Amino acid sequence: MAVLVVADHDNASLKDNTHKTVTAALALSGDVDVLVAGQGVAAVAAEAAKIAGVRKVLTAESDLLGKQVAEAVASCITPLMSGYDAVLIPATSAGKNFAPRIAALLDVAPISEIIEVVGPATFVRPIYAGNALETVESGDAKKVITVRATAFKAAGDGGSAAIEAVDPGPGAPKTRFLSDELVKSDRPELAGAKIVVSGGRAMGSAEEFHRVIEPLADKLGAAVGASRAAVDAGYAPNDYQVGQTGKVVAPQLYIAVGISGAIQHLAGMKDSKVIVAINKDADAPIFQVADYGLVADYKSAVPDLMAALTDAGH
Amino acid sequence: MKILVPVKRVIDYNVKARVKSDQTGVDLANVKMSMNPFCEIAVEEAVRLKEKGVAEEIIVVSIGPVQAQETIRTALAMGGDRGILVQTDADPEPLQVAKLLKAVAEAEGPGLILMGKQAIDGDNNAVGQMLSALLGWPQATFASKIEIDGAVARVTREVDGGLQTLELDLPAVITADLRLNEPRYASLPNIMKAKKKTIDIKSADDFGGLSGGHLKVLKVTEPAKRVAGVKVETAAELVSKLKTEAGVI
Ligand SMILES: Cc1cc2nc3c(=O)[nH]c(=O)nc-3n(C[C@H](O)[C@H](O)[C@H](O)COP(=O)(O)OP(=O)(O)OC[C@H]3O[C@@H](n4cnc5c(N)ncnc54)[C@H](O)[C@@H]3O)c2cc1C
Ligand SMILES: Nc1ncnc2c1ncn2[C@@H]1O[C@H](COP(=O)(O)O)[C@@H](O)[C@H]1O
Repeated sequence: MAVLVVADHDNASLKDNTHKTVTAALALSGDVDVLVAGQGVAAVAAEAAKIAGVRKVLTAESDLLGKQVAEAVASCITPLMSGYDAVLIPATSAGKNFAPRIAALLDVAPISEIIEVVGPATFVRPIYAGNALETVESGDAKKVITVRATAFKAAGDGGSAAIEAVDPGPGAPKTRFLSDELVKSDRPELAGAKIVVSGGRAMGSAEEFHRVIEPLADKLGAAVGASRAAVDAGYAPNDYQVGQTGKVVAPQLYIAVGISGAIQHLAGMKDSKVIVAINKDADAPIFQVADYGLVADYKSAVPDLMAALTDAGH
Repeated sequence: MKILVPVKRVIDYNVKARVKSDQTGVDLANVKMSMNPFCEIAVEEAVRLKEKGVAEEIIVVSIGPVQAQETIRTALAMGGDRGILVQTDADPEPLQVAKLLKAVAEAEGPGLILMGKQAIDGDNNAVGQMLSALLGWPQATFASKIEIDGAVARVTREVDGGLQTLELDLPAVITADLRLNEPRYASLPNIMKAKKKTIDIKSADDFGGLSGGHLKVLKVTEPAKRVAGVKVETAAELVSKLKTEAGVI
């Protein structure tokens, strides 16, 4: 059995989701190759070649692959599948976008966001916003799977796989890339951050979100997240959303400030190691999952927390 | 142009799903069911395109049990023109749904298929992408803005890191994200009017039949429960606990 892992990267650097997906792939097979599809990805491929356990790194390059356009990525990967029994794709927004397309082209049932490999054809995945776990067996000869990276440990370095270029495929004749608007930030990325500080509707404005949440995050070297309510209201950019339909995170420490704890939010953070909730409503559901709850107005609690962190040498 | 909007009847988003004790699935008996929230957003967008004069007709299709008629009726009350129920008591997989929807699309010839990005029961996030691949049409998932300009659609999508804008040749499949719009509540007169709109009841066999399933659910279990921890009195106590007890800072 041979498995292809599709690398998560931004054309400049390889993301840790890749290492975690390799771990899931190694649970299936010893023959794991990594595909780096993008534009100008030589450095990314070199990083991927260092992942321990990887047999070979494939690179495919074109403009549209660089923008992760689904039709282009699917048209590149589908023919490669003649040499593989499974393709494992990190469940990022890009991966979720192209994976089912590959499955349809291969006439197989995609398996979304697995959190465990039980056997060669058996996987566990959350359903109903993580309120239930489904153990599902695939009857397909070739499997197309997206992987919830937070559920797997990152594979280490130490490999030295060969790198080989492959055909980028016919592209996407009916789709054109027009533009992107990417949020630039020096903070750690949400996925994979050790600490996440998230703000909710309680912030009341984008200014307040910046004033309160960001300095706290910076003091802790944390990534910034948000509830849907905060994103919908424009306090934070869309890709900060943590939850069932946003990003799933599982940091060492998750601090929720002014977030009530709706099931859809919990779905994205309840596997964090330690959860802290700051909320002025003692009955807020977030306290049911919080290891440490502080019932307080964030307006005084966050400055107090900043001061206490300073006192503790942060 | 016709717009086809596939909608799914799912557990209401306010209801917490409970796993059945025999581990065969989630208990849906006597549970409030509603239109999948992302499908509602797709319906709303279709209605807005019709109000702008971009679309002439909105066809709402659902694959599911006889009660899915209520879901279609809700979409008709929001402004859909007519409905198709592909009635089945099976719980089809995304691939099966996509194949049936492909046949519906071929029969109806829409210029655009607008649908939800994800059904909040199975959380698959797959049918739109699969339908688009099966039809050989371009796709734009996770849409937060849609502009139809003649024979093309310009779609802004929510991606990791921000937003991306694509241009697609029509016909195309577009899946709705949360921030595409805020769905309207149907007014009473529109609810009354919707009662007179047609819903064609069809079977899977009318659209090529339900192909065999590829997946077998072995069991459905409850995730490990998190237990509530302690309340701290002050920020200083919190910091000290995070340092010494939890060891995370
Ligand atoms: C289909 C669908 C998908 C969804 N997906 C997601 C998702 O992925 N992620 C997500 O987060 N949500 C999601 N939601 C939305 C979710 O249901 C909730 O509406 C949302 O999480 C609420 O955000 P919030 O906690 O910030 O706001 P609220 O629920 O309004 O909570 C605000 C909290 O702040 C507290 N507060 C107010 N003022 C202060 C103060 N001064 N100091 C301290 N505390 C204060 C209040 O007590 C309250 O608990 C989804 C909903 C649907 C229907
Ligand atoms: N049984 C169904 N009937 C009609 N549309 C469906 C059905 N299942 C899924 N869909 C559509 O596909 C979208 C994505 O669902 P999923 O891929 O299952 O998460 C939904 O928002 C619907 O628009």
